[in-house]
Amino acid sequence: MSAAGAPCFHCGEPIPRGLVIHARVAGRDEPVCCHGCKAVAEFITGAGLGDYYRYRDTASTRADEPPRPDRWAAYDRPELVERLTRAEPGGARSITVLLEGLRCAACSWLADKALSLQSGVLDVSVNPATARARLVWDPAKVRLGDLLRVLEHVGLRPHPLAGEPSEQLALLERRAALKRLAVAGFGNMQVMMFAVPLYFGEAQGMDPAMREYMRLVSMLVSVPVALYAGWPFYQGAWHALRARSVSMDVPVSLGIVLAFVASVWNALTGRGEVYFDSVTMFVFFLGLGRYIEMIARHRAGSVADALARLAPMTARRVRGGVTEDVQALELAVGDEIVVRTGEVFPADGAVVEGEGRVDESMLTGESTAAPKPPGSRVHQGTHNLGAPLRVRVGAVAGNTVLSGIIALLERAQAERPRLAKAADRAAAWFLGRILVGAALVFAVWWFVDPGRAFPAALAVLVVTCPCALSLATPTALAAATSSLARRGILVAHTDAIETLSKATHVLWDKTGTLTKGLVRVEEVRCAGDVTATQALAWATALEQMSEHPIARAFPGSGAATDRATEVEVCAGRGLEGRIAERRLRIGTRAFAAGLPGAPAAAAEDGSLAEAGSRESWVYLGDRTGLLAAFRLTDPLRAEARDCVARLADLGLPSEIVSGDEASAVARIAERCGIERHSARLAPRDKLGRLKALQGEGAVVVAVGDGINDAPLLRGADVAIAMGRGSALAQTSADLILVRDSLEDLPHTIELARRTQRVVRQNLAWSIAYNLAALPLAALGYVPPWLAAIGMSLSSVVVVLNAMRLSRGSPRQPRPRWPAAPEAEAA
Amino acid sequence: MEILYVMIPLGLVLVGFGLWAFFWATGDGQFDDLDSPGWTVLEDDQTPPRGDQPGKDDNT
Repeated sequence: MSAAGAPCFHCGEPIPRGLVIHARVAGRDEPVCCHGCKAVAEFITGAGLGDYYRYRDTASTRADEPPRPDRWAAYDRPELVERLTRAEPGGARSITVLLEGLRCAACSWLADKALSLQSGVLDVSVNPATARARLVWDPAKVRLGDLLRVLEHVGLRPHPLAGEPSEQLALLERRAALKRLAVAGFGNMQVMMFAVPLYFGEAQGMDPAMREYMRLVSMLVSVPVALYAGWPFYQGAWHALRARSVSMDVPVSLGIVLAFVASVWNALTGRGEVYFDSVTMFVFFLGLGRYIEMIARHRAGSVADALARLAPMTARRVRGGVTEDVQALELAVGDEIVVRTGEVFPADGAVVEGEGRVDESMLTGESTAAPKPPGSRVHQGTHNLGAPLRVRVGAVAGNTVLSGIIALLERAQAERPRLAKAADRAAAWFLGRILVGAALVFAVWWFVDPGRAFPAALAVLVVTCPCALSLATPTALAAATSSLARRGILVAHTDAIETLSKATHVLWDKTGTLTKGLVRVEEVRCAGDVTATQALAWATALEQMSEHPIARAFPGSGAATDRATEVEVCAGRGLEGRIAERRLRIGTRAFAAGLPGAPAAAAEDGSLAEAGSRESWVYLGDRTGLLAAFRLTDPLRAEARDCVARLADLGLPSEIVSGDEASAVARIAERCGIERHSARLAPRDKLGRLKALQGEGAVVVAVGDGINDAPLLRGADVAIAMGRGSALAQTSADLILVRDSLEDLPHTIELARRTQRVVRQNLAWSIAYNLAALPLAALGYVPPWLAAIGMSLSSVVVVLNAMRLSRGSPRQPRPRWPAAPEAEAA
Repeated sequence: MEILYVMIPLGLVLVGFGLWAFFWATGDGQFDDLDSPGWTVLEDDQTPPRGDQPGKDDNT
């Protein structure tokens, strides 16, 4: 089945054909794709917040299921809430909540409004840039659980963050960086104002006292820029040197310090040139680039946030026959806990009682639920889809499998070996050349005129460092990063732009990247006189009673007549139930055809018989035999094929490495036009394939969305995560496609290449200018006014060249939504 | 041109004032969220202001 007619009013997903659900919005019936979206849309408009739909600039996240009020039961208990939240003056409490699905400023408006309407809420501040909200409420008037329910009702899934949030640290870091940037910017403007009369004064003749005065004032203004705004660079350089390595900060700091010290010396002695304008511009542009990068990194979120999203903060402990809600942190090894249907395991452990099915896709990538008989191990962060389970806790806090993975990623993120190395090589190379050049000049002058050896060598260092390194690279990177951010592509590590321009291969994890990562009914085949709509309605009525991931593929028909009764779950095979006097079975082929009374050789109808692979087909049957077959797929993204083709045009062949079934992988590969693909790979095998490619000299871009992709993303030369993917994948990514659309990917690579070209042009121009101007000026052939104009023009050319990157590309794809994505860029 | 000996320090004082204002605004959180406040002017606010401000509670 394909999309027909208008997309879902709430989430913008295509509505399966034949399905009619309407949400009552502002007196009109709007089509929606599922009951989850219907509930959310009706709640939002019912609360008088319908303006949200007028102001939002991206579609909302699909509400997979109607809100589950019981999920927040633990947060209704005052003594537990007291331990999880912070005290505020006047008996109020506060907590920071991470909001999943917060995608634009309108979403944050919605969250703010919806909460403010609740009585007892004292303050709400929602930050769309970091997707966090800080709530202050009066526990005597409203329960935290109710506030979380409100958030869930408007389609934003809340994740309460315990303890002192990293958010506060990030906020302080952002503010400090902004202040430094302001000092550099204001300082640079002032120094430029003094630089112009100095340059023209050289040409037209200036009162020496006034010249002296201007130079001293420039120095005065430059001191805070060099010392305060430039401080992070010196710190970085110092750390790198202490670790016996060379980072980009080392030549940068060297350039600032040398140019500044030389200028101060010249200003005080009244001889030679001053370079205060270069120094301040250098600090400002470098600082600007770093600031944009930091914003993107904060948006991507920290590892601690990822954990908060994955594992619940509360648990239900059984002690002496009494069940009580406790903090997940309080659990100890040996405790017994109860995990009900639909809940997430708060700790690792072994099943004591109950026959469960657990969705472990976040750890293994396996999309079908694993059966969990008593005695089997369950893991923190996985999802209980089956019956309630009683679990004996085996590992808590830092010892669970999940926290092991997270700790690994945290370490990898802190070290970031591959990127650092690439940048260091470039920096060391450049620094080496400059130092050798300066040494040569010094040596030559030593023999010609020892008195001029030092000033000459210094001149070489001063003029090459700021001009080439300062403006050529940072301005281009800053322009590219902000241009990408406006399109909803976050660059968490600017070095990735350079690597991306050299990329030769793209590795895809299929699910969630090429496909949407949501199972939907794609096709319905019917036997006899049953219509597709009827079959789908019956199937939906049955599946609504199930928690199996496949059940989510059936989006619900909403017709009240189709209510299934006497539903029984036959584990691993399917469901049986009664709808309006008709016994129906849905599930595997043998199961669906096997109702007592059905003909032995069940309805070998041609259209049903050819339905091949068991994994992606679900059958519906009654006493007369098979009625219908549903093909379930994780639908291909509309833009996937085009994206792969455009990447191939850019010289990047694609390859799929998937943990999924071979047949499913092959079908997707064929439809995308990808030749190389491998299926049923564990995360380790994916990494092996990646290493093999890298061993052949390839520069590999990996695109992933799940936790099981994290090792792949970490090993890749450039890692790209999808905007709706797991938080853990995003923390290990260099680039994040916030709009969750592959259309942006080829553009990003084009822009990376253009950036590299601009950097090279700028470097070539700066070096050529310096090579030409420096010796001539040193030998006295260039009058000072000409050198001054040339110097300014040189900088202006470099900046203007870089600014070309912030304009749109010639091949600008149409945005998927009529969007102004600036809101997400901040 | 001697006036410059007065004008430039005066200009620097103004810059210093601007910078102080910027620092104050940053510390006050004026730059923490540049997006959502822009939306508040678009809404037709028919709901009365929140009735549970801490100040009001203190008075009761």
